[in-house]
Amino acid sequence: MTVTVNDAISTIVNGKRVITKKPELLAPAGTLEKLKIAVHYGADAVYIGGQEYGLRSNAGNFTFEEMKEGVEFAKQYGAKIYVTTNIYAHNENIDGLEDYLRGLEEAGVAGIIVADPLIIETCRKVAPNVEVHLSTQQSLSNWRAVQYWKEEGLHRVVLARETTGEEMRKIKEKVDIEIETFIHGAMCIAYSGRCVLSNHMTARDSNRGGCCQSCRWDYDLYSLEENGEQALFSEEDAPFAMSPKDLRLVESLPSMIEMGIDSLKIEGRMKSIHYIATVVSVYRKVIDSYCADPESFEFKQEWLDELEKCANRPAAPAFFEGMPSADEQLFGVHGKKASHDFVGLVLDYDNETGMVTLQQRNFFRPGDEVEFFGPEIEGFTQKVETIWDEKGNELDAARHPLQVVRFKVEQPVYPNNMMRKELA
Amino acid sequence: MKKPELLVTPHRVEDLLPLSEAGADAFVVGEQRYGLRLAGEFNREDVKKAVELAHSKGKKLYVAVNAIFHNDKAEELDDYIAFVQDAGADAIIFGDPAVLMAARSVAPNMPLHWSTETTATNYFTCNYWGKRGAVRAVLSRELSMEAVIEITEQAEVAIEVQVHGMTCMFQSKRPLLGHYFEYQGKVMEIENRKEAKNMLLHDPERNNKYPIFEDENGTHIMSPNDICIIDELGELVEAGVDSFKVDGILHSPEYLVEVTRLYRQAINLCAENPEEYEDTKEEWLERIEAIQPAHRPLDTGFFFKETVY
Ligand code: SF4
Repeated sequence: MTVTVNDAISTIVNGKRVITKKPELLAPAGTLEKLKIAVHYGADAVYIGGQEYGLRSNAGNFTFEEMKEGVEFAKQYGAKIYVTTNIYAHNENIDGLEDYLRGLEEAGVAGIIVADPLIIETCRKVAPNVEVHLSTQQSLSNWRAVQYWKEEGLHRVVLARETTGEEMRKIKEKVDIEIETFIHGAMCIAYSGRCVLSNHMTARDSNRGGCCQSCRWDYDLYSLEENGEQALFSEEDAPFAMSPKDLRLVESLPSMIEMGIDSLKIEGRMKSIHYIATVVSVYRKVIDSYCADPESFEFKQEWLDELEKCANRPAAPAFFEGMPSADEQLFGVHGKKASHDFVGLVLDYDNETGMVTLQQRNFFRPGDEVEFFGPEIEGFTQKVETIWDEKGNELDAARHPLQVVRFKVEQPVYPNNMMRKELA
Repeated sequence: MKKPELLVTPHRVEDLLPLSEAGADAFVVGEQRYGLRLAGEFNREDVKKAVELAHSKGKKLYVAVNAIFHNDKAEELDDYIAFVQDAGADAIIFGDPAVLMAARSVAPNMPLHWSTETTATNYFTCNYWGKRGAVRAVLSRELSMEAVIEITEQAEVAIEVQVHGMTCMFQSKRPLLGHYFEYQGKVMEIENRKEAKNMLLHDPERNNKYPIFEDENGTHIMSPNDICIIDELGELVEAGVDSFKVDGILHSPEYLVEVTRLYRQAINLCAENPEEYEDTKEEWLERIEAIQPAHRPLDTGFFFKETVY
């Protein structure tokens, strides 16, 4: 989609256009560690799940204590915490909701992401300081419905993943409300909220967090004819599947920024710290670099290369440019392995000796070529030489998860920088 | 006891009279441009005729405007809703709040039925939409009998429950059948088959077969079995459920007439002579089984099934 310059979001500094309304970069986190990494790597806001009322019953979920700690940590960076509270509740979920929402308010969360009007209304009554954002579970895809929710007093709406770029632009023009949209990650192939495959197939309620991703299974396709069922596939074809490629809109950020989209959201509360760090830092760089100087902005291949390092599936722009084609679905393949392994987390660095202290996250040994990245450094690669353990014993390899090791690095590194290794 | 309305889904205009005679009290019709998963396609002329026919028999006619709208169609809603009002329809069925906005401006007195299918799951939210203008809530099919009864007791709006037929399990905006044929290099296939609506997904692990079809609203996957609770109406009638829906989608018009007739009799008996209904329950089920197509097993949906999360 073309980038249309929008003067309402920019100003001229020394004769040069600069974007003053930067969208929020919103990252997922399933644990406190992930939350900290997301903020440290440049997220402006992080969304997490609580112990109840969220849609990932099997993702890491925060206690109120952990939420408080997360909120305090984020505050130091000026970042906000939102809590997904986006189930479609049944009668039995009504009891306890008020206390839960009060708990969120006390923990200091900035907002909740909600689908069910039950939770919207209850939140306004008992936790009025918490912002209410309408979840993508409502599959909101037109400006008149957005207008409805604005009149209902919501602060922000998350659009349906089926919304195109042009539609977003019109929605933004027609209604004065904060708009959040997904930019990266796995997605439902169904309209969110309108899939109960898992309810039928596994007796798990997808709209309360029980989805088993039944859409990604293989099926056989038949037609029902007078003379019985007829197969609509042959042996050499992959079976029918409904598995979409993952969403990746990094190349569309300039048009989204110019539209004035308020929040750009990354999917994946179950993803690793390596995934979060990689994706957040790439999107951070693209947003910052475009906003600082849109006129001379050029998209760099290295950003795509970087995202590939943690991608578990091929990626595509989905609905942003219009209806996704057949190529944006996967037939006969079930994802892929990311090209790189996360092998270590930097704990410390000694300027004098040039030694890094590192927590092992995956097997590596002397001679391996590794790559360091992090918000404070330009990424670099080097060969690992001698590795020592904490007591100074030389090791033939870093074999044990979370083992603390030391070795020499060629450039300064900082705590929470990450080390990765290309897979053979 | 109060008799719930018997609501059915005609395939064509000419089905209204036989269905009326079989005992239907109300009809849902519409066109796929605005409505989801309809048994048949009713253009504007058809809607007008259907309203006349229904009213001539003292029956009600509701028009489905329950699609998920994008900007383009959201902007057509004023026109369509004004038409539905002029045609004299008795209510509009909606899920997208855009319809509420349009109805407020062009047809403020038109009764609205809130129906998002999968997401109408608690009484508070039914009442919420009631306060915003809905007079009825159509409950999610994924609820237990107990939950349906509790909602009915707590609701300030009328409650509609599907008691028979296929239910929707999945809607995607993407043309998933078309994409599969494209992937196989058989683009024409879907074009030729689109109208037939005779495709099935087979899930070998569960050995279930799910009807799947594509239309203007995307790809729809339907339940492998038909709900049938003709023998379990007692508690719902007693709780005061206002409307029982029998969905005829992907069944023949003749089948729908027969099913309507049986439900009419069962509802009457259940309301007038609950004891006799209890004693003859099994016979009702047997009569449905006798006309049930072999490829559509019957079950009781989620009424007696537990789901976890
Ligand atoms: S089964 Fe697939 S489409 Fe359905 S809710 Fe789960 S991920 Fe989404």
